[in-house]
This record gives sequence, structure tokens and C-alpha cells, in this order.
Amino acid sequence: MNNEELKIKLTELIPSATFEEGAEWITFFVDSPNWKTIAQQLFSADGLNFNYLFCLTCIDWKTHFTMLYHLSSTIHRHTIVVKANLDRINPEIETVSDIWRTAEFHEREVYDLFGVIFLQHPDLRRLFMTDEWEGWPLRKDYEDPINMIKL
Amino acid sequence: MYRQTEIISDYSKVPSTGGDLGEAGDLVINIGPQHPSTHGVLHLVITLSGETIKNVEPHLGYIHRSIEKMCESLSYRQFIYVTSRMDYLSSHINNHGCALCVEKGLQIEIPERAKVIRVLMDELTRLASHQLWWGAMAMDVGALTPFFHAFREREAINDIMEETCGARLTMNYIVPGGVMADLHPDFQKHVKEFITLFKSKIDEYDELVTGNIIFQNRMKNVGYISKNDAISYGCTGPTARGSGVSCDIRKLYPYEVYNQLQFDEIIENSGDCFARYLVRMQEMRQSLSIVEQLIDNIPEGDFVAKTKAVLKLPKGEFYSRVETARGEFGVFIVSEGGTTPYRIKFRSPGFSNLSALNHMARGHKIGDLVAIMGTLDLVVPDIDR
Repeated sequence: MNNEELKIKLTELIPSATFEEGAEWITFFVDSPNWKTIAQQLFSADGLNFNYLFCLTCIDWKTHFTMLYHLSSTIHRHTIVVKANLDRINPEIETVSDIWRTAEFHEREVYDLFGVIFLQHPDLRRLFMTDEWEGWPLRKDYEDPINMIKL
Repeated sequence: MYRQTEIISDYSKVPSTGGDLGEAGDLVINIGPQHPSTHGVLHLVITLSGETIKNVEPHLGYIHRSIEKMCESLSYRQFIYVTSRMDYLSSHINNHGCALCVEKGLQIEIPERAKVIRVLMDELTRLASHQLWWGAMAMDVGALTPFFHAFREREAINDIMEETCGARLTMNYIVPGGVMADLHPDFQKHVKEFITLFKSKIDEYDELVTGNIIFQNRMKNVGYISKNDAISYGCTGPTARGSGVSCDIRKLYPYEVYNQLQFDEIIENSGDCFARYLVRMQEMRQSLSIVEQLIDNIPEGDFVAKTKAVLKLPKGEFYSRVETARGEFGVFIVSEGGTTPYRIKFRSPGFSNLSALNHMARGHKIGDLVAIMGTLDLVVPDIDR
């Protein structure tokens, strides 16, 4: 499916999505409380079948967080990027680790480095940092004078 | 943090690991962080019932350097050098992925000569990486001789690299716009010598290990992962292709000159350790054939495009991916228009492949775990970043 057809199909399926122009792949924002339902639709809808989550990450915009999900289909070979904005003080979003199992590790990584809480995640613990580590290293306001990260 | 080896007699006292710990009488043991078969500082906490694995839980972070955070304060020319330290066996290909992403942002075309040099270096790196994997893999399951054979041939590639790049492991040779220096005058001669040498040696590899019945017994029907599970766990590279997933970035989303080359994407369907082994063995032959096709056809001209001294990417998000020896390596750059990336994310193949380890190993004997880890071809700095 080419990008135009894909966009029409996605607009039908998710009327609340707001599309972003000018990117390489179709990019759209969803409301974070709806994400789980939309994720299930993207995974199972005929003609979409986004079965491969190849990148999951987060960006700290200082005022809010943006979660990014790069999704691809091994059947139809199309790719989309789904974004969801999160509140910076209380960042919460539902896990998708039961849909794409690779998300379990990736979400733990995002939790470890950004402090985003993934609701209903089976095993939400620190991944790289030690359990007693304080702070979220990849946030923009993180400073650690002992373990220097900024060069 | 470090849980001691213990026999669990009172289940209620066991700290929660998230996975199922099983019944009383189960044994929890640690493999690593310092263990020869983990090839790096990887720590696995394993729950055993007798000799059968019930749960494998990787504990990461022993070599976490927060490369993503470091890159936020490095310029677009500087950050590439850090990426050689992630998957150090595919350092050329890591550099390549980053250079492609910066070039995508700057929208610059690189000279034909640079493209061919890059592909040549990538394939030589893939060969060297698979050679090391083959030696280490055989060593893991108890055959020590192949390790020395593999290192003998890998040495030849390292010498070729050293001549042109000046380094043997962390190359830092591929830069935005092309490559850092022109090829050494003896490059073609030495690569051709290597091709002749390795063509006979790879048959020797097959005779020595592939056909060995003891080896096959250790490999076949061990560590099975189905096609759908491999996709769901985000497995890429030979790990996924052993399960019948077509995922070679060089074929699906060709970059540089890959669309002009004759090579096959190797796919095996049995999904076990032996399938993954066969994929890598045949990939070596494919890489060798790519090197052969290109070595006499390196176009003349510049090896680097003219770029500004200070690179500034326009505001936006850029994603590029390449096929390393372990799978799909993605670079995601968020730019605010400055000289340094606002946020950078490396999608490393080893990280996703490792997440499938528990799925593959559960139900097998503890000795099989080493074979499974061997065929995943884990490089720990790539996982921890």
C-alpha cells in the first residue's frame, strides 16, 4: 500500500488521529489514553497488519514527553510512526508488550532512562541502571556531577 | 543486586523477578557477568528445575555508557566515533548507519567511489564478524580448534583494515560525505589474496564443524523460535532469517550500491540453532561474492563529497537503517536545527534479539543455553549502549 492509500485507510480507522506532514513515513499523533485500543487495531486490521515494532523510544521536550512507535508490516512492507504526547509530571501510558513482545524490553528501557510509567507492564523495573539509582538519565534536566555524561 | 546462588526452600522469601520462579526445590543460578560463554559482561539469572531451564532473566547495564546521552553533546561529525564502540565487531556498519542518517538530513549525494568503498568495507566487516562468531560458537559447544582457524583468517581481514583505516577494531573510517581517506594502494591486491585464501578455508570450515554429527546433535531442535514469534520479539538478522523471516535491509531497503549487486538473502525455515548457524555460514559466501564483484570495479574519483566544516541538520526527525552482522541497526536523530542532535536513539539488533532468549531457552537443558546464546551472536556493548 502506498502512503496515500495508507493515510486514507488510517483516517477511516482512527478519526481522532492528527497527521504530521513532511516526514519520510506517515506520522500521526494519538491521544495517550486511546493508544492501547488503536495499537490493537493497527496490529490486526486487514490490510494494515503492523506486526513488527522496530523502534520504540521517547523524546523529552522539556514541557512534555513524546512517545514514538515505529511500526512496520512484514506482510505489506509499509511503515508508520505513531506518536503520543505525555504529561511531564505524571508520564503514563498503557503498555503494548502483549501486542508486540519486543516492547517489554524497550518499555523497560524507556522507563529506566525517562521515568515513563507503562501501565499493566508485566515487569517494570530498571534495566540498565541499578535498582537504587535516583533520577532519569535521559531527561534533559538530569545532572550527575559524579558520573559525567555531558562531554 | 547480585543474587547469590541458592537453593530455594522458602518460596515466600524469594525476591520477585517478574517471571515465574516455579515451585520449591527450584534452583536459581547466576551465569555471568564474568563468564566465557556470555562473550562480555552479560548477567543471566536462571531458574532451573533439575537441569531444565524454567526462566532466563537477563540483567543488563554492566557496560552501559549512556551513548545516547553522550551524543547529545557531540557534533554531527564527532558522534560517529562513539558508535564504533557499540557493536565493535560491526564498527564500519555502525559508522555507515550514522553517516547515512546525517546525509539524509543534509540531503547530500556521495561520490560513487565512496559508495563502493563503503560496501566493500561493510562486507569485509561482516565476514570478519561471522568468522569470529563461528570460532566462538564452536568453542562454546566444546570444539576449541575452530577458534584458531577463524582467528587466522580474521587476522587477514584485520590487516587489510589496518592498512587503509589505521585501526583494527574501532575503525571510524566512514564519515558523513564519504570515507575518511582513500584506499591503500595495496588494498585490491591484498583483498584478492584474501578471497583466494578464504574460498578454500570456508569449505574447510564446513568440513570441520557443519557436518560434524556431535555438533549437529547440539544444534538441531534446540532454541526453536517460530516465524511469528521472531517478528513479535523484533528479531532481525540471521536470528530471524533462521526462522523464515525475510528481513535483510540490503534487499528490502537497498542503500548505496546494494541494488546493483548479485546476492541472495539467505533464509532457513527450521527456526532452531542449526538454522541460524547455516544462515551465517551461507552469508559468509554471499559476502565473499559481493566483495568479489566489487573489488575490480571500484570507480575512480573523489572518496568524499565536499561538505561544510560544521554540519547543521535542518529541524526534523531522521531515521536510517543498515544491516549489520547481527541484524537491523537503526539510527534515529531528532534535530532542532543546531550543530548537535537534540535526541538520538540507536535501535540495536542485539537488544531485540536478546529479548527472545527466554522464549528460546525455556524447557531446554542448561547446556543448551550456551548453544542458544552462541547462535544469537550477542555483543554486549551493542545491547547496553
